[in-house]
Amino acid sequence: MPLIRPFGLPEFWIIVMAAKWTVALSAIAFAGGGLGGLLIALGRVSDSKWLRGLATGFIRLFQGTPLLMQLFLVFFGMNILGLAINPWIAAAVALTLHASAFLGEIWRGCIEAVPSGQREAATALGLRYVNRMRYVVLPQASRIAVAPTVGFLVQLIKGTSLAAIIGFTELTRQGQIINNATFSPFMVFGTVAAVYFVLCWPLSVLARRMEFRFSRATER
Amino acid sequence: MTGIAAADITGSSDLAVQMEGVNKWYGAFHALKNIELSVRRGERIVICGPSGSGKSTLIRCINQLETIRDGRIVVDGHDLTAGGKNVDLVRQETGMVFQQFNLFPHMTVLENCTLAPMKVRGIARVEAEKTARAFLERVRIPEQAEKYPAQLSGGQQQRVAIARALCMNPKIMLFDEPTSALDPEMVKEVLDTMIDLAKEGMTMLCVTHEMGFARQVADRVIFMDRGEILEMDTPDAFFGNPKNERLKTFLGQIS
Ligand SMILES: Nc1ncnc2c1ncn2[C@@H]1O[C@H](COP(=O)(O)OP(=O)(O)OP(=O)(O)O)[C@@H](O)[C@H]1O
Ligand SMILES: [Mg+2]
Repeated sequence: MPLIRPFGLPEFWIIVMAAKWTVALSAIAFAGGGLGGLLIALGRVSDSKWLRGLATGFIRLFQGTPLLMQLFLVFFGMNILGLAINPWIAAAVALTLHASAFLGEIWRGCIEAVPSGQREAATALGLRYVNRMRYVVLPQASRIAVAPTVGFLVQLIKGTSLAAIIGFTELTRQGQIINNATFSPFMVFGTVAAVYFVLCWPLSVLARRMEFRFSRATER
Repeated sequence: MTGIAAADITGSSDLAVQMEGVNKWYGAFHALKNIELSVRRGERIVICGPSGSGKSTLIRCINQLETIRDGRIVVDGHDLTAGGKNVDLVRQETGMVFQQFNLFPHMTVLENCTLAPMKVRGIARVEAEKTARAFLERVRIPEQAEKYPAQLSGGQQQRVAIARALCMNPKIMLFDEPTSALDPEMVKEVLDTMIDLAKEGMTMLCVTHEMGFARQVADRVIFMDRGEILEMDTPDAFFGNPKNERLKTFLGQIS
């Protein structure tokens, strides 16, 4: 009894609703990557050779390998470590590490773009490392960082589609499931792509606008 | 003269800054060579010399923006070579003014002036703001407190930088070419502020090529070249009767 159902409104809604898992995974990876990225960025600009080397190694490792391999390694690595295989956790961990590396590198550049005189003035006033970073360097770096960070978020949202391969049911995987039932790949993946576009496009516009605003602000 | 002799005998308590056999290297480059310098409390020192001679490096060693390879630096009785807590103490007690002002562009003038007193000294905001306004008054820009640095002229920015440093109630002020980045018409307003400060008895080390300022306020003028102190004397002797050949050439060039 072959059950080929047509692609109708219910199927359409199932796909659209699956976007919430894409959004959730992106949000977790972005939040975790934000924290990890800050640590990596601070490590990259630290005075300690040891910390710098560690942070650099981390970045090289994750920038030099495909995201899919990172997902596989975390997914199967959990199994080897005797943990239950859980696509949710594996995807969240792998994407967090991935985002940490990329945001770390982006933010390092932003921190280094703050003139060294700012750090020196803060130091000369007696401010110690944490206050120097918190009140002087990072607020200035974050202004530069907004546009490239939003740009990376777009990459990250699209990147979550790879989690489908380890069995995490988000937008892409839901599309595959519906396609197996309806055999209307064009409709199905057209819908999937459209949902990604609706998620990403406003962010791209936002990023471009902020880039423009920043370039104007620095011209003055 | 007896005052100086007495200071030497009673030792470090009368000395604001003491540098003994200081050597500084940038990689293979020997930037400071056997620097010997004692600055008494309340003394005003002007440092001049050609570009790259190590003037900035010298005063940046005093608040350890640069670390030295060997020698000893004692500031207000705190031995910097001991590191750690002493470095923090010294930075709290020395104010620094930079050529490029280095005001924090994302903060208002008032916030620039209150940040360190609040975060380093733990002073309450209300009190920190009161002090800041008083110092802004003293550098004659009380009306600019709520503005951002980019809205001010260079001369005003540099006076804010001086006020910001004074808000920490420093015992020693370091100036690194504070007027070199200014348009000529603004140099005077900054120099006047510095002269006021000198009159109040502040210990000052100032890198500058403003020789009028040196003659007017300096107790001693130092000439540096290639990482060495080549001459150190009262302004009268320094300008009237320079002994070193390189200093003579230098004075000929800048006047
Ligand atoms: N961070 C650094 N790394 C390497 N070399 C440096 C560094 N800072 C300064 N130098 C070198 O040390 C020497 C002294 O520099 P310094 O800035 O103290 O000179 P200066 O007398 O203040 O000169 P200027 O009048 O141009 O400000 C110069 O030759 C400079 O190139
Ligand atoms: Mg200099």
